[in-house]
Amino acid sequence: MSKPKCWQDVPPATIAWGASALDVETGLWRSMRPVLDQNKCISCLKCWLQCPDSSIKTSEEGRVCGINMFFCKGCGVCAQVCPVNAISMHQEADFTNEKREHGEDPGRVAGHVK
Amino acid sequence: MAGIDLKELTKKQNPLTEGHRMCPGCGAPTAVRQALMAVEDPVVVVGATGCLEVSTTVYPYSAWRVPFMHVAFENAGAGISGVEAAHRVLSRKGVAREKIKFVAFGGDGGTYDIGLQSLSGALERGHDFTYICYNNQGYMNTGAQRSSATPISANATTSPAGSVIPGKLQRAKNLTEIVTAHDIPYVAQTTLHDPMDLIAKVKRAVETPGPAFVNVLVPCPLFWKIDSADQMKVCKLAAESRFWPVYEVTEGKHVLSYKPKNPVPLEDFLRVQGRYSHLFKKGRERMDLVAQGQADVDREWERLLKKCAG
Ligand SMILES: Cc1ncc(C[n+]2csc(CCOP(=O)(O)OP(=O)(O)O)c2C)c(N)n1
Ligand code: SF4
Ligand code: SF4
Ligand code: SF4
Ligand SMILES: [Mg+2]
Repeated sequence: MSKPKCWQDVPPATIAWGASALDVETGLWRSMRPVLDQNKCISCLKCWLQCPDSSIKTSEEGRVCGINMFFCKGCGVCAQVCPVNAISMHQEADFTNEKREHGEDPGRVAGHVK
Repeated sequence: MAGIDLKELTKKQNPLTEGHRMCPGCGAPTAVRQALMAVEDPVVVVGATGCLEVSTTVYPYSAWRVPFMHVAFENAGAGISGVEAAHRVLSRKGVAREKIKFVAFGGDGGTYDIGLQSLSGALERGHDFTYICYNNQGYMNTGAQRSSATPISANATTSPAGSVIPGKLQRAKNLTEIVTAHDIPYVAQTTLHDPMDLIAKVKRAVETPGPAFVNVLVPCPLFWKIDSADQMKVCKLAAESRFWPVYEVTEGKHVLSYKPKNPVPLEDFLRVQGRYSHLFKKGRERMDLVAQGQADVDREWERLLKKCAG
């Protein structure tokens, strides 16, 4: 885009892409990691309802099936609200060898920063 | 809760995405997610300046899947009115055909304080919208200053607890009742003690024609000085102690949504939060202020019960 000459040339909206935050790996903030024990989980969805970062994954049948480490900030809310202690919190440092997950559409950020 | 199928809700994409920059364990994004879960029609969101707006729209990213308009700190009420009015005119002209819900989010600073006249005007004009105040009881985005929603005795950066004053000296304003006095069709107050309560209330609010208002108490772990995992635990104490009564006002009629069977003392709610720790310092306890807070809670509760009976 060429440099605007007057204010009328400035595009009206400054953030063009909805849901572009899906490129932001907030999981990098985590110092504690929630670990889900599928055998204990009764899929009451309490953790899914409460997670501030929408990081509890659900299956097509609407059952809790994992935690999205790309976004999870490790707050511990899910572990706290679970009625059967199916989620436990662990030091992130214990998982340094793991492969990192990706968001829904990694890489798209390059397209919208012009 | 009748009419809400959680499994079905998991299939819907939430208007607020992951990848936003609110602090770990913040109550605000939990409230926004739950609030918007049960809204079936397309939704347009307006946000006042504050943590929610700043952290969900960090340039060039946006955590909104739906049209989102940031207005200013003081005019979410005016912003949502304008969008709703424009849609009404376009619908009348046959240009806009979809049914749309209009939801505004404002913090307590943006709602109790600087945005109050803007909200009041929007309520009085009778626009068809829902205003949700995510109330963390202070100005968080600028560093935990006190607002008129900050409770008495809380330690905030502009009402600092120390040798001169024991935290904020004034009581919080009762905004829910101020909004109720506008005689709008639906007003509700709730917190993060029970997701189904918030989901059901917002569903009712958006389905009510005309203005609706929901005041949601949400912890800011940084200001309240609680563990990032404890948002629900602290909100349960707020409801159980009757510090934050959970109720709704439909067409002027007050109804309690939750009546604690064995109310816990206010002290239990205060003790778990670092912003009140000066009241419990060994040798310098201020149990007189705790008792005064309890008396306020009891008096407000009696007032509310009378309104529910009348
Ligand atoms: C007119 C004006 N005054 C001051 C500010 C600075 N400011 C930005 S956010 C904020 C506090 C917001 O508090 P609140 O509405 O409670 O939201 P929170 O950050 O607590 O979520 C202030 C004072 C501003 N943006 N505009
Ligand atoms: S709260 Fe616990 S039991 Fe319920 S769905 Fe989550 S992990 Fe499973
Ligand atoms: S630790 Fe926090 S962010 Fe991570 S999944 Fe649990 S509730 Fe969500
Ligand atoms: S400062 Fe408080 S209100 Fe703001 S994002 Fe962080 S936890 Fe939430
Ligand atoms: Mg606030």
